[in-house]
Amino acid sequence: MIETIIVLAPLLGAAIAGLLQRFIGDRGAMTVTVALMALTCALSLYTFATFTWGHAPERVIELFRFIDVAGFSSTWSVRIDALSATMLVVVTVVSFLVHVYSIGYMADDPHRARFFSYLSFFTFAMLALVTSNDFLQLFFGWEGVGVASYLLIGFWYQNKAPNDAAIKAFVVNRVGDFGFALGIVACFLCYGSIKFDEVFAAAAAHPNLMLLQGDLQVRAVEAIAVLLFIGAMGKSAQFFLHTWLPDAMEGPTPVSALIHAATMVTAGVFMVCRASELYELAPYAAGFVTIIGATTAFFAATVGLAQNDIKRVIAYSTCSQLGYMFFAAGVGAYNVAMFHLFTHAFFKALLFLGAGSVIHGMHHEQDMRAMGGLRKYMPITWAMMTIGTLALIGFGIPGIFGFAGFYSKDAAIEAAYGASQSGRFGGEWAFQAGIIAALLTSFYSWRLAFMTFEGKLGDQKAAMATSKDHSEDHAPEESHDAHDDHGHGDHDHGHGRTPHESPQIMLFPLYVLAAGAIFAGFLFAPYFIGAHAEDFWRGAVHLPHGAGHGEGGHHYPDWVIWAPLVVTAIGFVFAVFFYLWNRGLGARIAAYGGPLHAFLYHKWFFDEIYNFIFVKGARALGDLFWKGGDQKVIDGLGPDGVSSATRFFSRQMRRVQTGLVYHYSFLMLIAAAAFGAYAIWAGGARP
Amino acid sequence: MTMPGILTLVTFLPAAGAALILLARMAAPGDNPALDRGVRMMTLIVTIATFALNLLALGRFDWGSADFQLVERIPWALGVDYHLGVDGLGMALMLLTTFLMPLCIIASASIEKQVASYMTLFLILETLMLGVFCALDLALFYIFFEGGLIPMFILIGVWGGQRRIYAAFKFFLYTLLGSILMLVAIIVMAITAGTTSIPDLMKYEFGEQMQIWLWLAFFASFAVKMPMWPVHTWLPDAHVEAPTAGSVVLAAILLKMGGYGFLRFSLPMFPDASAYFTPMMFALSVIAIIYTSLVAFRQTDIKKLIAYSSVAHMGFVTLGIFTGTEQGVQGAIFQMISHGVISGALFLCVGVVYDRMHTREIAFYGGLVHRMPVYAAIFMLFTLGNVGLPGLSGFPGEILSIAGAFQANIWVAVGATIGVILAPVYGLTLYRKVAFGKLENPKLKDITDLDPREWVIFIPLVVATIALGLAPVLALDFTAAYADKLVETYRAAVQASGIGAGG
Repeated sequence: MIETIIVLAPLLGAAIAGLLQRFIGDRGAMTVTVALMALTCALSLYTFATFTWGHAPERVIELFRFIDVAGFSSTWSVRIDALSATMLVVVTVVSFLVHVYSIGYMADDPHRARFFSYLSFFTFAMLALVTSNDFLQLFFGWEGVGVASYLLIGFWYQNKAPNDAAIKAFVVNRVGDFGFALGIVACFLCYGSIKFDEVFAAAAAHPNLMLLQGDLQVRAVEAIAVLLFIGAMGKSAQFFLHTWLPDAMEGPTPVSALIHAATMVTAGVFMVCRASELYELAPYAAGFVTIIGATTAFFAATVGLAQNDIKRVIAYSTCSQLGYMFFAAGVGAYNVAMFHLFTHAFFKALLFLGAGSVIHGMHHEQDMRAMGGLRKYMPITWAMMTIGTLALIGFGIPGIFGFAGFYSKDAAIEAAYGASQSGRFGGEWAFQAGIIAALLTSFYSWRLAFMTFEGKLGDQKAAMATSKDHSEDHAPEESHDAHDDHGHGDHDHGHGRTPHESPQIMLFPLYVLAAGAIFAGFLFAPYFIGAHAEDFWRGAVHLPHGAGHGEGGHHYPDWVIWAPLVVTAIGFVFAVFFYLWNRGLGARIAAYGGPLHAFLYHKWFFDEIYNFIFVKGARALGDLFWKGGDQKVIDGLGPDGVSSATRFFSRQMRRVQTGLVYHYSFLMLIAAAAFGAYAIWAGGARP
Repeated sequence: MTMPGILTLVTFLPAAGAALILLARMAAPGDNPALDRGVRMMTLIVTIATFALNLLALGRFDWGSADFQLVERIPWALGVDYHLGVDGLGMALMLLTTFLMPLCIIASASIEKQVASYMTLFLILETLMLGVFCALDLALFYIFFEGGLIPMFILIGVWGGQRRIYAAFKFFLYTLLGSILMLVAIIVMAITAGTTSIPDLMKYEFGEQMQIWLWLAFFASFAVKMPMWPVHTWLPDAHVEAPTAGSVVLAAILLKMGGYGFLRFSLPMFPDASAYFTPMMFALSVIAIIYTSLVAFRQTDIKKLIAYSSVAHMGFVTLGIFTGTEQGVQGAIFQMISHGVISGALFLCVGVVYDRMHTREIAFYGGLVHRMPVYAAIFMLFTLGNVGLPGLSGFPGEILSIAGAFQANIWVAVGATIGVILAPVYGLTLYRKVAFGKLENPKLKDITDLDPREWVIFIPLVVATIALGLAPVLALDFTAAYADKLVETYRAAVQASGIGAGG
């Protein structure tokens, strides 16, 4: 009952806010959605607590049948186990805080009711996803959060950039879903079911089942694991399918925090962990996950170095951190992946909401070069952002205490090291990428902090003017205009006005998240990855051997344990040198350009290449098929070839129009009546 | 003389209504607004009554049985019987028809030219369409099947847009060409088997060679109706020129006759030939899905875009049917029903703005959400349904067809799934161009949101789309017995003859 309420309360809120907004107004819509989110959040925490400390049993509540065709069957369910209980907490806590924050952030927007309705709908879809008991309900939630993301990215729909970004997000996700859908039907073909338990049991029972098609011969479990992961690559913005995530920053900032940092983008990680029993049987697929994850962690961190839009830096950082989660899952440390997902939700939501506070205080300026010295104007936001930064870079002293990211990120790097030692596919690269990305993360995080909060307001604007010439394609300029018509009219939108601290309603969520960013790692490490892991997970994810016996169960060399801290310190020193002591030096180097900067600034040219191949390709093919195929070939040889007959018919038609229609209809009616009359006359029904 | 059976009543009630209109028209010739109003009201009542009668028939229908039910059989002439009956498939499509017709009539409020004739034709069309889905005699089926052509031809040719003559002719030419071949096949079948009874013919085993020829003849007709690539080019033209309600009927019901035909005739009567041609059907289906999706992406006319997307969606139907699996067949039937609701609703959405602005040019619109928020929300819902979003009715049919295809041939499933990527490309792009953006065209400044009449049209469609999306079992259970039996007998027949094509 409680579990059902958790999932359905946000849906109720979304429906009320969406359908009844005319009657209850913005205030009513906000009250209802926030109240229901509070309820969901409280019940989720309760459920998590009973599960973690009260040892409540795993359970599945079945509501009603969804699809059921000869074994291809799915039932609407609420599944509660350690994995979904963890996700419930992450989703509902962040969602509740984002709801509250949005009251302040969206205060001037004329479409607040719609905004809150979408937020609550998103939460419902995400909860349906994490509590699913089979792949089809998972897919429902998967696409449901996708459509919520689409609607929220394009929330400011009168402008071009959000619309483009929204469609891009949906379509790129569909590319992933292409794999996911095939993965589901492959599961059904191979294992005769799409229910998690049945699929995992069948896969374990027949690990060497082959998938055959002509010359194609692959182990079924490898193929399924790869196909499902393609879906995860789309949803979690992994290398090759990551291009939508930075553009998604066109949406309002609370959306970025909720959907594009803490929850939706982690759905892919969740799915891989949910299907950990499959990935354990599929070493190559798991290696593929590791390599893609590690590559993303590295790639996104490099791109994050060169971005100037505050939200885009954090977006690439999210992308990179998701890479950490994936390589952790890929090397078999699913609990570590989930732990990083858990801690990341707090500090990344904190950073995004902090960035939102900065943007709010800067009157909707997102370019960091226009900022600087904000510590003076918004000290609370600065303090909170600093906590978030420390958590993101994973600051902590091994063996004593660290911020949230310290426990989870270092565990991921150590797991990768362990995998490289045991020769697991991709482990070596994951360890290297993890270390390099940690260095880069530290650098870009401090770069962001220093550019925004240190120095003097606007002391980097000079660089902006010179480098703007070669960044005309950069979207934020546009989105900046975007907000003009958006109810911020009372804000005068003045660049000359001083920045201001945000209201308490926006700061309160930051306090809560900051507490999570500080303590979540320290408090929960024993459960997720430490001594109590076995007891905590109770089989919800596959645990590495030896987990639950002492600290992580492994004994890594000291240099491995200390390496992340060392590279983090190096990144910090570089950032201090470029952005604090020699303020403007980084910007001058960027303005000077150079191929490496261009390569990073243009995000390795992914968008340019994809645009050329896929967007232009689809247009060209569409035109070819339409004008060439349909009009020239098919119609040319077919109906138009007898166009003289058309003229003949058209003459006939004119006569039809002037009265012949009655003759036709009368004739047909007689025929029709004849049937009916005959049926009645001849004696009616005779079986 | 006893009471006629319920299927006869359902089928011929609309024709009876048409007869009444004609009588009234003869009694009061000339232009008469009062008469027109009366005709509209009466047509609406007749269609609603037909739907009610159909529900009554549904109440007497046993879901669990795969046999033909509510059968009526009266010997007629030349060995042909007046023979009606339905199974799950026929009943489902009859319900779709009677459910949509009242909405079409309400949507025809903007028709001002020759109202009485328009309504007469619609009612006759309804009788003919219903007859197709419950006729159990080949000759009777043929009469209904081809009869439906004529009212549609007139509806497009008289009440259509500017290029209506060309469109009507193209439509007629294509469909007639297919049907002539089918007529020949029907005669051959009647002579060979000595019966025109469909249940008997389903048990009759035609020789392998003969099956091939008969299958091809039926294919010619059904492929055009479907329409399958490459005989689909009549559809965009017909849709563009047809009046709104005509487009709805065309997309929602007439297109389903192709799928119905494959299921009723090709698979059960010519199983060996069906298996033989399965690779071809797969190829054509996948081409249809990818090719027409890309063409849809480039359209500048709203109706043409939706018409092309219909062809792509029908690709999933032919794909599902010829997988010869429960999932495929059930998916195909579900896709037909869902497409009936969603594409019908989309054409009605176009009708709403067409009635106000008299253009279907995508470029004319933009920013409608500012003036028409309710319309924008409803249009969004059906766009997402068309895109195949899980939770709406567009999804189950697609995933089941793909699940069926994957069992038959992995690469076919992969090809069809590409359509899943392309659907949002054209669907969301259309929506964005029409509804989002700034309201820049000054002619749109005073456009009004849905009026109560339009609310009435859309509410049942919204409910159907969501209900079938969240609980597709509602429809799937209904056709399960039929599909199981079809697949079982089809597989047995194919196995017996040893044609393992497509597997």
